[in-house]
Amino acid sequence: MFIINCPFCGERDQSEFSAGGEAHIVRPKQPTELTDDEWADFLFMRKNIKGIQFERWNHSHGCRKWFNVIRDTSNDKIHAVYKMGEKPPSN
Amino acid sequence: MSENFRSTETKFLDKTNRISFKYNGKKYYGYKGDTLASALLSNGVHLIGRSFKYHRPRGIMTCGSEEPNAIVQIGGNGSFTEPNVRATEQEIYEGLEASSQNCWPSVEFDVGGINNFISPVIPAGFYYKTFMWPKKLWYSLYEPAIRLSAGLGKSPTQPDPELYDHKHLHCDVLVVGGGISGIIAASISADNGNNTVLIDDKNSLGGSTVYQNDENFKINDEISSSWLDKKIEELKNKHNLTIKNRTSVAAYHGYNYLLARENFADHKPLDERLNKLRQRLWKIRAKKVILATGAIERPLIFNNNDRPGVMLASSVKKYIDFFGVRCGDKNIIFTNNDTAYETAISLNKKGIEVTVIDIRKNSSSALVKTTQDAGIKIYWNHTIVNTSGYRRIKSIEIMEMSEDGTNVVGKKTSLICDNLSISGGWTPMVHLFTQSGGKLRFRDADQVFLPNTAMSDQISIGSCNGDFELDDIIKNTISECKNFLSASVIDYDLLKVSCPKQNESKIIWLLPNDKPLGKTKPFLDFQNDSTAKDIKLAMREGFKSIEHVKRYTTTGMGTDQGKLANMHALGIISETAGVKMGSLGTTTFRPPYTPLTFGTIVGRNVGTFFDITRKTPMHDWHKDHKAEFENVGQWKRAWYYPKKIESMHQAVQRESKAARESAGILDASTLGKIDIKGTDASEFLNRVYTNAWSKLGIGKCRYGLMLNEDGMVYDDGVTTRLSENHYLMTTTTGGAANVLSKLEDYLQTEWPELDVWLTSVTDHYATASVCGPNSKNILKKLFPNIEFNDENFPHMSFKNAELDGINCRIMRISFTGEHSYEINIESKYGKSLWEKCMDAGKKFNITPYGTETMHLLRAEKGFIIVGQDTDGTMTPSDLQMDWIVSKKKYDFIGKRSLYRSDTMREDRKQLVGLLTDNPSEILEEGAQIVQDEKKQPIEMLGHVTSSYFSPNLNKSIALAVVKNGKNLKGQKLLVPMKDKTINVTVSDFIFFDSKNERLNA
Repeated sequence: MFIINCPFCGERDQSEFSAGGEAHIVRPKQPTELTDDEWADFLFMRKNIKGIQFERWNHSHGCRKWFNVIRDTSNDKIHAVYKMGEKPPSN
Repeated sequence: MSENFRSTETKFLDKTNRISFKYNGKKYYGYKGDTLASALLSNGVHLIGRSFKYHRPRGIMTCGSEEPNAIVQIGGNGSFTEPNVRATEQEIYEGLEASSQNCWPSVEFDVGGINNFISPVIPAGFYYKTFMWPKKLWYSLYEPAIRLSAGLGKSPTQPDPELYDHKHLHCDVLVVGGGISGIIAASISADNGNNTVLIDDKNSLGGSTVYQNDENFKINDEISSSWLDKKIEELKNKHNLTIKNRTSVAAYHGYNYLLARENFADHKPLDERLNKLRQRLWKIRAKKVILATGAIERPLIFNNNDRPGVMLASSVKKYIDFFGVRCGDKNIIFTNNDTAYETAISLNKKGIEVTVIDIRKNSSSALVKTTQDAGIKIYWNHTIVNTSGYRRIKSIEIMEMSEDGTNVVGKKTSLICDNLSISGGWTPMVHLFTQSGGKLRFRDADQVFLPNTAMSDQISIGSCNGDFELDDIIKNTISECKNFLSASVIDYDLLKVSCPKQNESKIIWLLPNDKPLGKTKPFLDFQNDSTAKDIKLAMREGFKSIEHVKRYTTTGMGTDQGKLANMHALGIISETAGVKMGSLGTTTFRPPYTPLTFGTIVGRNVGTFFDITRKTPMHDWHKDHKAEFENVGQWKRAWYYPKKIESMHQAVQRESKAARESAGILDASTLGKIDIKGTDASEFLNRVYTNAWSKLGIGKCRYGLMLNEDGMVYDDGVTTRLSENHYLMTTTTGGAANVLSKLEDYLQTEWPELDVWLTSVTDHYATASVCGPNSKNILKKLFPNIEFNDENFPHMSFKNAELDGINCRIMRISFTGEHSYEINIESKYGKSLWEKCMDAGKKFNITPYGTETMHLLRAEKGFIIVGQDTDGTMTPSDLQMDWIVSKKKYDFIGKRSLYRSDTMREDRKQLVGLLTDNPSEILEEGAQIVQDEKKQPIEMLGHVTSSYFSPNLNKSIALAVVKNGKNLKGQKLLVPMKDKTINVTVSDFIFFDSKNERLNA
């Protein structure tokens, strides 16, 4: 059980949060222009990395805000936390 | 009367407090502070149980949580009984009852012992290989027979009456283990201002040093045990140190999150336990963790090494030095290292006869010298090749070992004994370290796995870190803690420690024998009865990975999780396969370290606290009117209202008829309600629903269908435009929370530019839905100021109203197909609203109906229930609801997916109606639908999703999803059931009032 530093509330137990899968997958602005394969890629294909992964998390039992987390899935170390719409920190 | 084996005085027991207890029905005595094991040994009882597979007699082997054999059933029958308790951990109390497990009719004479003699035909994997064919015998013969003979203790047959608890704990430093290194660490930590917690699983601190009275071990010129006594006293005065005895760390997760079980009651008589807490699960978050979990002595693996009376040497030492109990009068110590000589010295000091057999050729340790000086006979370079004695060891046979140690030579010598203390060296307890994600390294010299790199802020100290000698332990503990805690205040800098240095041990995982392996029984896992033979068999059959060998032979899979002999399994595998042991890795150490009771895991979350129960404001009325309730998510919803002797079917038929003939009323408060505000609210609804919303007039309602991005139906409900930028959305009861999260997700992450604000108001409003031809008349009585004609208040519109001065909202919407109104009012007036409706409806025979009737009425109309008629694989087109999907809108959630090749397939499962050929036959929901029963394999075309007997149509109706259903109207299909096959015909799924004439009736 790790501790997540919610950008709005501060450090809280993992049990207050829910995971929302891979981050930075932008919903296409013009879905109708996409081929079946391109749309399926947006819809279904997600990375499952052993190592540094960019993820969405929601403080579901707190402020209910979504934000991004950079986590090493091999040891659960969280390298950065940043708000939606912000660019990931460079290091 | 049994002989008394309590030979020496000991300060660790309260001799004034004599305690009686029962074991296998017989009364025995012990003293306060005894474990069940030490008390039984003091009465000369060695035979405790029968082994799992071969039913061999087994005795007490250890003195702690690693015990594989001496596991007993505590308590008599009923609720207070507990199986698989380690006699070596259970403290005795007045009136304790314990009994042996896995034996019948008694531990002395056990019928299952026959397995021991047929053991050559039940090798590893026996059950997998033997009971495969014929398949039909499995249920009738094999499984019941195996179940009867398998399993250890008995489960309680009644609910657990005891209390359990969970609590959070935060600290600067957590020290796990109260041996000498843990005590020093806790003391340094507290002295340097850290809020410190020290956890130990025993009833008192001190580990094994606390009874180390050997002159060879001195700290500051004092015998180590008396030095430690003073330190323990000092600890008690440290205000920022909390000591938790009888507390065992079960799990060590990432970010220094640990679970520990504190035991308050298991050592107390039953009458003192009543209504008191039994165990508490501590959820600990520590800034830093110091592991001082110690080491466990290894057994030696030789032929018949499992007889009662065969014990670990260090345990024999604890029994004599701590409990004052001698485990035998003729002791033999069998060792490959120097520590076992401490046991020889202790026994000799008490005047007990002892002989040593050492597989090494010699040793120059001071311990060995003291032993020799005491006149104890040592057989160097010898090994045991056999033991005898059925219920207790009687004698052993030893032989000299060959030069390279792989064989035995010369003549056998027979030695008489009643106790055999074995020592194969030490295994550091790295369980918690690896649970936290730490990686191990292998030390070749004494073949141990040690902590290497840790994932969290922690260190391991003492013997769990591979220090086995007192001076190393103290020196390294101090320096490690100093660094780790950046400590400046150290009382320990000038400690002078003297102890005998030990010589190298000689490690042979499987000792040689004069007989071939197949003719011997060298046990590895005592609890699961797996032998070295089984490991080799598994390897011959092609298993290579330690994880596979473990599962095939069940080595290390008992309640002790192989704490004693997992290392030997690894050793034998590496020797046999000719690979380096360090490269094999270990099996995974999983929590819990020792078994937890279910009670501790669930804590207070039992009975009514198991889950949240949500009740509507009208709940008490339903209860008073004898409603039966149905669980819908966490909600309790009125299911139906039986009158006197009515069955459910009769009640539902009556309610359904009343709702269509005159008036019915439903508590719809559980429907999810989301308040939507903002200048972009209309645009937002356009994007989340399949239909168009921009042109919805103020004061109008519209039904909407919400999809997932994959095009599958997710939720539905009516949304009302309250004002220009203000909507009230309703969702399904079960979907409310998920819909809100999904909408929030889109708002926050995809469309942050939209000015929209969402608030869940499900609990803020109560809803009464009044339907039927007389609903209008009832509403007129309640709201005399409102015009209820179709022009002023048409179907799918809304009005603000007042009921006796209280604001409410009335929506004219219908889920039954009848003329119908939903009245929303602030929750606290919900019951009053309901009662007023009942009152106003009295002369119209207003009939309260529950969810079952609601489902029936909507099924007559062919209205779907998301989650019942859909399952996350249905598109709007599959539901024949293409009418609600806007062709004009450029985009909405899920739109693109409706044009994927798969969602456009003609032969998808589609919603249809089903009529049974026999109109009184009711289909079972979930039943499979086929066309040709004889086809092999039979093709499943779909299944029944909703099925009722309609009192208004006087026939059975059903909704179903069927492959290519849109094109099958009129088709005859079959619904095969267990005892019959039902003939059905595919029909339209709107069964009643298909022209919607009743809405405006």
